[in-house]
Amino acid sequence: MKTLLLSLTLSALSLSGSLALAQAPDQADEIIRGRYQAVLTDCAACHTAPGGKPLSGGLPLHTPFGDLVPPNITPDKETGIGDWTKEEFRSALKQGVGHGGKRLYPAMPYPAYTKMSDMDVDNLWSYIRTVEPVHNAVEANQLPFPFNIRTAMLGWNMLNFTPGDFKPDPGKSEQWNRGAYIVQGAGHCGTCHTPKNLTGADKDGVALQGASLQGWYAPNITSNNHIGIGAWSDDEIVQYLKTGQNSHSIASGPMREAVQESTSMMTDGDLKAIAVYLKSVDGGPDDKPKAVAADDAHMKAGALIYHDTCSACHGLEGKGASQLFPALAGSPLVQQPSAETLTHLVLYGSQGATTPAARTTPAMPSLGWRLNDQQVANVLTYIRNSWGNAAAAVAPADVKDKR
Amino acid sequence: MTVILPRKDVVIVGLGWTGSILAHELTEEGLDVVAIERGPWRDTATDFNIGYAQDELRYAIRRDLFLQPVVEAMTMRNNTTQTALPMREYGSFLPGNGVGGAGVHWNGHTWRFWDTDFQISDHLNQRYGGNRVQELQLQNWGVSASELETYYDKFEYLAGISGKAGNIKGQIQPGGNPFEDPRSRDYPLPPMQMTYAPTLFAEVTKSLGLHPFPTPAANMSKDYINPLGIAMGQCTMCGFCERFGCANYSKSSAQTTILPVLMKKKNFEVRTDSEVLRVELDASKKNARGVTYVDTSGQEYFQPADMVLLCAYGLHNVRLMLLSGIGQPYDPNTGEGTVGRNYCYQTNAGAQVFFDDKNFNPFVAAGALGQTVDDYNGDAFDHGGLDFVGGAGINCIPTNGRPIQTRPTPPGTPRWGKDWKQATVNAYKSTLSFSSQGSSYPTRGNYLDLDPQYNDRFGRPLLRVTFDFPDNDIRMSNWVSDRMEDIAKTFGGKQYVNTRRKKGWDSVPYQSTHNTGGAIMGADPKTSAVNKYLQSWDVSNLFVIGASAFAHNAGKNPTGTVGALAYHTADAIRQQYLRNPGQPLVSA
Repeated sequence: MKTLLLSLTLSALSLSGSLALAQAPDQADEIIRGRYQAVLTDCAACHTAPGGKPLSGGLPLHTPFGDLVPPNITPDKETGIGDWTKEEFRSALKQGVGHGGKRLYPAMPYPAYTKMSDMDVDNLWSYIRTVEPVHNAVEANQLPFPFNIRTAMLGWNMLNFTPGDFKPDPGKSEQWNRGAYIVQGAGHCGTCHTPKNLTGADKDGVALQGASLQGWYAPNITSNNHIGIGAWSDDEIVQYLKTGQNSHSIASGPMREAVQESTSMMTDGDLKAIAVYLKSVDGGPDDKPKAVAADDAHMKAGALIYHDTCSACHGLEGKGASQLFPALAGSPLVQQPSAETLTHLVLYGSQGATTPAARTTPAMPSLGWRLNDQQVANVLTYIRNSWGNAAAAVAPADVKDKR
Repeated sequence: MTVILPRKDVVIVGLGWTGSILAHELTEEGLDVVAIERGPWRDTATDFNIGYAQDELRYAIRRDLFLQPVVEAMTMRNNTTQTALPMREYGSFLPGNGVGGAGVHWNGHTWRFWDTDFQISDHLNQRYGGNRVQELQLQNWGVSASELETYYDKFEYLAGISGKAGNIKGQIQPGGNPFEDPRSRDYPLPPMQMTYAPTLFAEVTKSLGLHPFPTPAANMSKDYINPLGIAMGQCTMCGFCERFGCANYSKSSAQTTILPVLMKKKNFEVRTDSEVLRVELDASKKNARGVTYVDTSGQEYFQPADMVLLCAYGLHNVRLMLLSGIGQPYDPNTGEGTVGRNYCYQTNAGAQVFFDDKNFNPFVAAGALGQTVDDYNGDAFDHGGLDFVGGAGINCIPTNGRPIQTRPTPPGTPRWGKDWKQATVNAYKSTLSFSSQGSSYPTRGNYLDLDPQYNDRFGRPLLRVTFDFPDNDIRMSNWVSDRMEDIAKTFGGKQYVNTRRKKGWDSVPYQSTHNTGGAIMGADPKTSAVNKYLQSWDVSNLFVIGASAFAHNAGKNPTGTVGALAYHTADAIRQQYLRNPGQPLVSA
């Protein structure tokens, strides 16, 4: 029996060996296609630390439940995923269960990746096997009790996780379906942009309508005309994703990385498909709230601060300058229900995205040292309610929370 | 112990305008380039924060961005009979410091020198005969305006210069400078919107038959995206250019035009807060091995490189050559030697007109927002009946109305107290100033060398500046001041003041940071330190780039010509030198 097994294994080995030889060109294709999947999935955003070797482990993710450190996913046998099998990799991405049956936390977006086709995941695997193995031990799970118990994810999955491939909608165009496949699957846009429930899972029925994470507010990216991107043309959406900027906005914060490492390297066809899909996503009510009146005391104080501190770059009419200063007038980002991103920008400043097509890399200076909580609140209330903008006033307490 | 670092293709000393241009061009060629910069890293949002960038006390009075004498002082004297003493504070000129160099805190006047400058010796001898220039050590530059045209153009488009061409391919353009040499196309941006004072100056000078035109400005008249794909914003005319970094991405500098692209290149690296002590030569003294530098911890490093580019401020380039034993030091007694030769400056004078009934709103301003007349500049006018050569541009460029330093008062005003206060209130808005920026021509006695007595913090001799205004230049400046007096009278104000240039250069009050020469270019290795490509005649893999190469200074700001020469050098290295590395591009 033992001998039989051995000989079977041997013949399987020699078979796969000769297959590998025969299929060498296909293998190259797989790797190239897998590399593009790595662009779509943006593994590097989490798994590569700034200045670190590719995919050798990232910076801690601060979740509401505690810290998780994205592990080393290079083919290093000891500290990476060198001893994983293709099936285990597929299971990790699509089921949330990795090597040795270990359950992943959904900070790894398997609830989105589950929609990827097996072929795309397998190609990604082929590519990841070619990355330089890096010996770098990462202790991924730094959550406090009881969240540090991985088997708890079994319950989480029961509540929140629906495994299964993307199901195309035969009533929609091929382009729309391609966009939906990327946005819901590999692109995992909802991981940041979809509001979360108490357990940290996507809320039903409000996909891509904006959510808070890591000190930023990932804005509404649906068809909503007021706070979404419904008013942007397809080409403007493509331009934003490809270059990191368009006449309405400049990517910063976590989206800066997403653009630089992922969307700027996607094909124009995929970007267009994403635009078509996003513009079809229901974005909730798009009635404009009533703007805070210009003679409101906070608006008047905010106007003075804006003129002194902001207008030199963003312009007296909030129009900004191409590739350099984002427009504030008509900006969906400025009018989100939450002013978290704006508060972050004013308090700490931020650098915009850089891409081959838009290389300026402009930056907003930090002004938190200069403006107190009330002043930041006033100037944000002013920009959220001027030049046709309308959004809730910002309170000093909201600013204080961000310091 | 000196740490020996891995070899690089190119080491660049200083990351200002020229260092950034050369680094960009040579990394495009695939070379592995490191820049070593004495001062700190500086960038717009982090270092020129809009919340404090316009702090006049910090930047204009306390000079936060400039080279401090504790880092490097210089000794100064008027002539060889005096003993030079070290400056405890920089005054007459203010060298830059840090990434971007003086290009961070300039005003942005961006000129082209004329062909009559580049051929100055031949031109003047031909037009007026040899006797006219005997007291001067005028030399041709070994290059022509037409050779440099494409490189001027390249720099102007990199920097997004706002201006009006006066001569496109030989066709005189109305509203531009009719005296300039032909250019291939107009400036990338139209002139800035004029404020009242220069508008009035243009009317008055035109009525006198002169030819005013908008000063070419590195302040953006519109939003601009340069050929490297870097965007700049329209200038807001805040009036904080000179001595300040621009918070609005509106003034051209390495930061706003090159560094966003350069810093992302994998074959480029900058090491800041690191001071180059000397260029290391091999035993033959004909080849540079690299540079030795020291970081802020005092650790010394040797950076070997196939090419060394000196891209520091001109004065520092000259000092590094002298400290490293490159070339023959200039001797004013014999007129022989090349390093330190033909140090020149700028011969300026001013005029003020006080009005009762005008409001110039001087705080609406930009560093180069103004009008110039070149009718009395260079050799644009006939010197046949005159007792001097050279000339001056006359500029009405009200760069600022900053509260501490802009306090014009008419003569007879007390220097303090109630009456002074009232006079500054009256004069602040109603005073118009204009000035002449005059050529500075070389003499045998004006030069740079190493001080025999005073050393820096590393024990290296300080640079010694020996300079006074040549009599020719004083006569020139006075003659131009007479013309300015005519202009001042024509304004019809209640009073005017003409401040004339006098002999006896004073190193204390600020005059101009246009120090030129000391490592000049030319066709003859006996009288120039570098050839027309700024390659050292003595050390073939060493290039010395900057205003140190000027054989004299014209009545114009130097940065445009510095930028053009940097591109000229870069092109020569890319097209010629790299095919035959280590060889002279011009045979001696």
